[in-house]
Amino acid sequence: MDWLEKGDGDMKLNDDEGLATYSSIEQEGVEHNVMKKFKDFEELMDIQPEIFLTRDRHIDYLLKGLNMLSKSYECLDASRPWLCYWIVHSLNLLEEEIPGVMKSRICKFLGKCQHPKGGFGGGPGQIAHLAPTYAAVNCLSCLQTEEAYNTINRNTLLEFLWRMRQADGSFTMHDDGETDTRSIYCAVSAASLTGLLNEDLELFNNSVQWLVRCQTYEGGMGGCPGAEAHGGYTFCGYAALVILDHYKLVDTDRMLRWVTNKQMKMEGGFQGRTNKLVDACYSFWQGGLLPLIHNTLEQEGGVEGEVAEAQETWLYDQMALQHYVLHCCQCSFGGLIDKPGKSRDYYHTCYALSGLSSSQHCPNNHAIHVGPKTNVLVAVHPAYNLTYDSVQKAMHHFGNLPLPSQ
Amino acid sequence: MSSSSDEDESYKMYKDRPEWNDVKSVPQDDGPAPVVQIAYSEKFKDVFDYFRAVMAMNEKSERALELTGSAIELNPANYTVWHYRREVLKALKKDIAVEMKFLSQIIMEQQKNYQVWHHRRALVEWSQDFSEELDFTADIISRDQKNYHAWQHRQWVIQEFEQWDGELDFIDKLLEQDVRNNSAWNERYFVIEHTTGFTDEVVEREIEYAIKKINLATKNESAWSYLRGVLQDKGLTWSKSLCDQIHSWRGEGLRSPHLAAFLLDMFDEDLEKKKCDVNKTMDKVRSLCKELAEDTDTVRRKYWNFVLQRMTKEYEVK
Repeated sequence: MDWLEKGDGDMKLNDDEGLATYSSIEQEGVEHNVMKKFKDFEELMDIQPEIFLTRDRHIDYLLKGLNMLSKSYECLDASRPWLCYWIVHSLNLLEEEIPGVMKSRICKFLGKCQHPKGGFGGGPGQIAHLAPTYAAVNCLSCLQTEEAYNTINRNTLLEFLWRMRQADGSFTMHDDGETDTRSIYCAVSAASLTGLLNEDLELFNNSVQWLVRCQTYEGGMGGCPGAEAHGGYTFCGYAALVILDHYKLVDTDRMLRWVTNKQMKMEGGFQGRTNKLVDACYSFWQGGLLPLIHNTLEQEGGVEGEVAEAQETWLYDQMALQHYVLHCCQCSFGGLIDKPGKSRDYYHTCYALSGLSSSQHCPNNHAIHVGPKTNVLVAVHPAYNLTYDSVQKAMHHFGNLPLPSQ
Repeated sequence: MSSSSDEDESYKMYKDRPEWNDVKSVPQDDGPAPVVQIAYSEKFKDVFDYFRAVMAMNEKSERALELTGSAIELNPANYTVWHYRREVLKALKKDIAVEMKFLSQIIMEQQKNYQVWHHRRALVEWSQDFSEELDFTADIISRDQKNYHAWQHRQWVIQEFEQWDGELDFIDKLLEQDVRNNSAWNERYFVIEHTTGFTDEVVEREIEYAIKKINLATKNESAWSYLRGVLQDKGLTWSKSLCDQIHSWRGEGLRSPHLAAFLLDMFDEDLEKKKCDVNKTMDKVRSLCKELAEDTDTVRRKYWNFVLQRMTKEYEVK
């Protein structure tokens, strides 16, 4: 936390320049809460000099949720494959082994969520939707068992993807559902992992053009052409383009400028949109863009030679992000949160940990970490948000299988 | 919303309603050893057991419509229920205006839910009646100035039904209230892009607009991004009066990192067009990058160092 000690703390705090507006007032409120967390830690540094990722507490919280969730989760009754993915992926990051019996239970449950006409729904009996489809495929990939891979019906999955496809290259999330940047990413990711993506596949023919139209004047991408640049949609759009190998069609320089400007100078975490508040989940959606952009720059020959530092780290303040997550976003009962004052949930637990992992692992494979080495999580593949093992094993398994006939 | 009806004594579970006697409810099939099991309330289970039964029978009746209403109240994010409700509305040829009234109330309570906004768009598409949409989205925006769904819906209505008139005024008012409202700035770009386009005249006007707003809060990223945005095609050095303004601000000692970054990009353009002395300009570039990386924008130190190294590599006379 050397930047706090340097005394330029004043420069870090929001300066409303005498014109207080709703945006600046909200921002100051958050900075106040975050500063308190950092200062509380500073005061105890003689006794406890290191900040720990409280692994055991998070693991307990995750294992509990994998089994049972309270009534307050009724609002996520149409997102149960998401709950599976958020929890299983988080356990993977924390290197917590999931017993074979439990893995099998998860496979069978996700099988119940699979729709006869293809794709996965938010729960048994629900119609298929691209988001739980993405989550189910990701979760099954995390499990890395034959039973998991065999749970996915590739034939009907491909049929489902074709049904969601629109003439302009966009995808609806479900039958007569909404279209936005998320859907293409969900479709591309699921297709890619299950070996359905090949050169002849016309499924994503003009999807690339649709995505490129989502880049705004700010440099980030919105939910659809014209919509405001937003971290979640930018990640979806850009990761989809990376998987489809068309990332060069985006104005990379403008995207890089936009995303680096989304890191909050005081909090260290990322905001989702300009002049909005920090949120730990953006540690992944925004922070996770930097490894993807780095790859693009490397391909374009922009990060090489003299740019030694850029070769060794991502182009943002990784340590500041880690400080934010570790000091401000760990719930003392286990699980992680958006920002101080918020309640824990499995979504924020997943993405705070994923973002933390992304910030710990540098381009050339060495790790940089706030706190002890035991804080280091398993590395994630930046386009899929799965461990590299999980991506590799899934692609190896499905890559050997024939393509469904169309 | 749902918690108040838990205590509502007049509420009857569907299994106790005589008019539903003929239907055998269908329990959820989670399988023998499910995971992520939710501790549903009895009320929740009851409604969804009946919903599953109705879906299995493909019943499109008034009582089915009412049932979808109960289900929506318990979990407004259940997209399957909304989808089924739309099918029932179509089958019964229900009055869309009545449905819209029902929906508007729900949106007020669930302003950040995808399904309610998609349902609204579906209704407007069916009826082609967009007459309430600008007022409605304006109302939501007055409560939450950056509601992403509201803005997206508003953009769709304006573009689909060509309701561009008055939108710039709407944006002006919002920016008067909060000059840092990035959603409003984004809307401004959207409107101009689809109406006049960024002609020389329009760009001049928008530069003046942005300058005025920057003078109110020089560290407001939204205004600076917008300024860059309108000059995307013409280049940052296109307007002499803007260049003068930039140098004038620097002269006043303005510390905004966005100002320094803008100036840096102006130098980049000059260097690219070979309009300046390379060594002198690169000295200024170095000094700006140092100021940003070490003083006014330290969180982005790595980015500024990268920018410097890239420019050095590209322009420095070896």
